[in-house]
Amino acid sequence: MTAAIARRANQPPVYLDNQATTPCDPRVLEAMLPWFTEKFGNPHSVTHPYGREAEAAVERARAQLAALVKADPREIVFTSGATESNNLAVKGALRFHRQFGKDHVVTLVTEHKCVIESCRAMEAEGFRATYLPVEPSGLVDLERLEKAIDKGTVLVSVMAAHNEIGVIQPLAEIGALCRKHGVMFHTDAAQAVGKMPVDVETMNIDLMSISGHKIYGPKGVGALYVRRRPRARIAPLIDGGGQERGLRSGTLPTPLCVGIGEAAALAQAEMGEEAKRLLGLRQRFLAGIMRNLPQTRLNGDAEHRLPGSLNLSFPGVPAPALMEACPGLAVSTGSACTAAEIEPSFVLRALGISGDLAAASLRIGLGRFTTADEVDYAVETLTAGVKRLGAEGVTTALAGTT
Amino acid sequence: MRRAAPSRRNSSGLSFWVMTGKRETYLDWNANAPMRAEAIEAVARALPLCGNPSSVHRFGRRARQAIEAARESVAALINAAAEDVVFTSGGTEANNLALKGFPERRVLVSAIEHDSVLAAVPEATRIPVRPSGVIDLAALETLLAEDKRPALVSVMFANNETGVIQPAVEIARIAHAHHAVYHCDAVQGPGKAVVDFRAIGADLMTISAHKIGGPMGIGALIARNDLALKPLVAGGGQERGRRGGTENFPGIVGFGAAAKLAAAEASVMPRVATLRDRAQHALQAAAPAAKIFGVEAVRLPNTLCIAMPGVAAATQVMALDLGGVMVSAGAACSAGKVTRSHVLDAMGVPRVEAECAIRITLGWSTEAADIDHLIEAWTALYARSQASAA
Repeated sequence: MTAAIARRANQPPVYLDNQATTPCDPRVLEAMLPWFTEKFGNPHSVTHPYGREAEAAVERARAQLAALVKADPREIVFTSGATESNNLAVKGALRFHRQFGKDHVVTLVTEHKCVIESCRAMEAEGFRATYLPVEPSGLVDLERLEKAIDKGTVLVSVMAAHNEIGVIQPLAEIGALCRKHGVMFHTDAAQAVGKMPVDVETMNIDLMSISGHKIYGPKGVGALYVRRRPRARIAPLIDGGGQERGLRSGTLPTPLCVGIGEAAALAQAEMGEEAKRLLGLRQRFLAGIMRNLPQTRLNGDAEHRLPGSLNLSFPGVPAPALMEACPGLAVSTGSACTAAEIEPSFVLRALGISGDLAAASLRIGLGRFTTADEVDYAVETLTAGVKRLGAEGVTTALAGTT
Repeated sequence: MRRAAPSRRNSSGLSFWVMTGKRETYLDWNANAPMRAEAIEAVARALPLCGNPSSVHRFGRRARQAIEAARESVAALINAAAEDVVFTSGGTEANNLALKGFPERRVLVSAIEHDSVLAAVPEATRIPVRPSGVIDLAALETLLAEDKRPALVSVMFANNETGVIQPAVEIARIAHAHHAVYHCDAVQGPGKAVVDFRAIGADLMTISAHKIGGPMGIGALIARNDLALKPLVAGGGQERGRRGGTENFPGIVGFGAAAKLAAAEASVMPRVATLRDRAQHALQAAAPAAKIFGVEAVRLPNTLCIAMPGVAAATQVMALDLGGVMVSAGAACSAGKVTRSHVLDAMGVPRVEAECAIRITLGWSTEAADIDHLIEAWTALYARSQASAA
C-alpha cells in the first residue's frame, strides 16, 4: 500500500466531482441559517418588518453577485438555478424577438444538455438552431462562428468554461464578434463564475447564467445576468406576481439568495489565491498520473482551462470498471445530468475522440476543500486501479458492455 | 448541526422591537409560514453535503435516496402517488408548468386565481365566481359545453385572500364529464385543511413548501403520470423529464420534513378556527359596519378577510404594523403594488369596501394573546378613525 492510501484508510471517499456540485461552504451556511429561522419573512411583504428585512437581505445578495461579474445589481435576475437561467436566456430571447422576424440561435454541439434541449424545444416551436462543431481542443472556431450568424440570428450561446472538459472559451472575442453583428451573446457560466475573472463589460456579455451550487453556495438558486445597456430583451419563462422586474415571477427564497450572495462575496475575495492553489494541485495531480501512467491522455485544451478541472482518458481501461476499482474516489465520467446514460460522452466524441477512448475517460474536479493529500491519494489509487485492470485484461471482458 | 427552534419573538434582526420590548404578532401566514424546527434541521444537515443527486457515486446516491424519501412524504401529505410528484422551485413555477404544459388545450381559469395562474395564460377564459367567493359551477358547465375543444380547467383549492374553499370534487367531476384536465392550485390547503389529490379527482395539483413550514424556493406539481406534460424548464432529464435542473436537494428534504408534520396538522386547526372566529366576532362587535368577505362560504380555518369602513387597507396595514401586528392587504406577491384585489372585484364587492379590506391569517403557533393583540390594535385604530371622521 502506498503512503497516501495508507494515511486515508477508513476515511470517507475523496470528493473530486466538484463540477457536478460543490459542498456548501460553512461560512455560506452560517450566513443562510438565520434566514431559515427567526428571519422568515416573505421578501415581497413590504408592509411589515419581517418582509422588509428579507427584502434588504435579498438586495444585498444581488449586489454581491453583481460585483463578482462587474454588473449592476439591477441586471441580476434570481432563478432556481443555471438550468432555468439557460432556458430563460435561450427561450426568452428567441420568443421575444420573433415579433421582429428574427428566429435563429447559434450554439455549440458541446453545450450543456439544458442549452441543447432548450434549442431543440425552440426548433419544435419553429425557430432555427445551428449547432457548431468544436476544434479537437474543445475550443470554438471563431471564423466558423462568425459565418454561422445570419440576418435572423437573435443570439449566440457558448459556455464560458466547460463542465466536462474544463476548457475556457475566448469570451471577449466571442463578445466582440456578437456586438459587431448586433446579436446577443449568452454564456452559460455556471462553471466559470467565481473560479475565473468574468467581466460582463469587457467581454460584451448580454446574458449570463450563474449557479449557486457550483460556487460553494446552495442548490435551488441561480441567476441570469441581463444587460441593461444596450438592453437585452427577453420574454419571461415563469409569469405571476411580476417579481424580478417581471422577468421571473415567484417568491424569492431569501435564505437561498443570501447563500448565493455570500458565496459570490467569498469567491470574489479568495479567487486569486484559490486559483493559484488549485492550479498547483492540478499540476501535481497531472504530473503524478503522467509519471505513473504515461499513456494517459488529457482531453481538451491544456492551457485554456479551469484551474481545478481535468478530463483524462486511460486507454484500454473502461471508466465504469475503473470507478468501481477505486471506491474511495468520488469522480464521474462526465455531466451528472447524463450520468445514468450508458453512451460515452457526446462532448468527448465531438472532440474527435474515439468511442473506446471516450468510454475510458474520467472527469476530475478539484475544489475549495481538496487537499494535497487527497490529490496524492487519488493519483495512487487511480494508478493502482489502471494497472490492475490492465493486467487483468478487464478491457476485453468489458469491451462489449461499454 | 443543532439550531434553536424558530421563535417568532426571538428576532435578532428586528432590533427595534427587541429594544422597545413591544409585542410582535405575525398574522400573515398565507404569505409565508415560519419554518419548522424539523425542516430547518433537515435543510441544515443537507446543505453541507456535496452530492449531486444525479451522480453515480455514493455521495450522489445518498442524495438520491433522501430525495425519494421526501417525495414519498410529500405525496402522502396530499394522498398522491410518489411518482406523480414533480419538484419545482415553488408554487409559481408549478402553476406555470401546469398551465403552459398543455399548449394544445384551451384554458379556463377562475377569476379569483393567484397571479401566477392568471398571468401564465393571459388569454384564458375566466370562470366567474358568485358573491360568496365560490366559483359558479353552472357557468363552468356552460363554458365547457359550448366549446368542445379539449380543455384545461384551473381552479384553486382555497383562495389565498378570502380563504374560501372551492368545490374541487364537483369541479373535477364537471371537467372530466367534458374530457377536460383539472388543475387545482392547492398552495393554500395542506396544513390548513385536508387535501386529497385522489379523492378530489384532480389531474394536476400545485403545492408549496414555504406555506407549510418548509423552506422557500421549493414546491411541487403533482401531475398524473399518464399526462403528456410539456416541460417548462428543459435540461438533464431530471424529474422524469418533466423538470430539468439539478434537484434542490436541501430544499426537497426540508419540504419532506415539513410535509410529514403538516399531515398531522389537521388536529390543531379547530383551535386555530376558534381563535379566528373569536377575532372575527370581536372586530365585528367593535365595528358593526365592518364587512367580512367569504363568510357565507366554507373557509380555511385560519383566514379572515375584513374591511374596516372608511380606512384604506394600506393605512390599516401600516398602522397595525406600528402597533406590532403584521397583516397584509392582499397577496404578498402583488403587495409591492397598490392595486385593488381582483378577488374581491370578481366577487362583486363594491370598490369602497374592497379598498378597505385586509387579510388576517393565523397559523399553528398563533396564540390567544396574539388575537388579543390584534383585537386591541384593530379596535384602537377603528376608534381613532371614527374620532377623526366625527
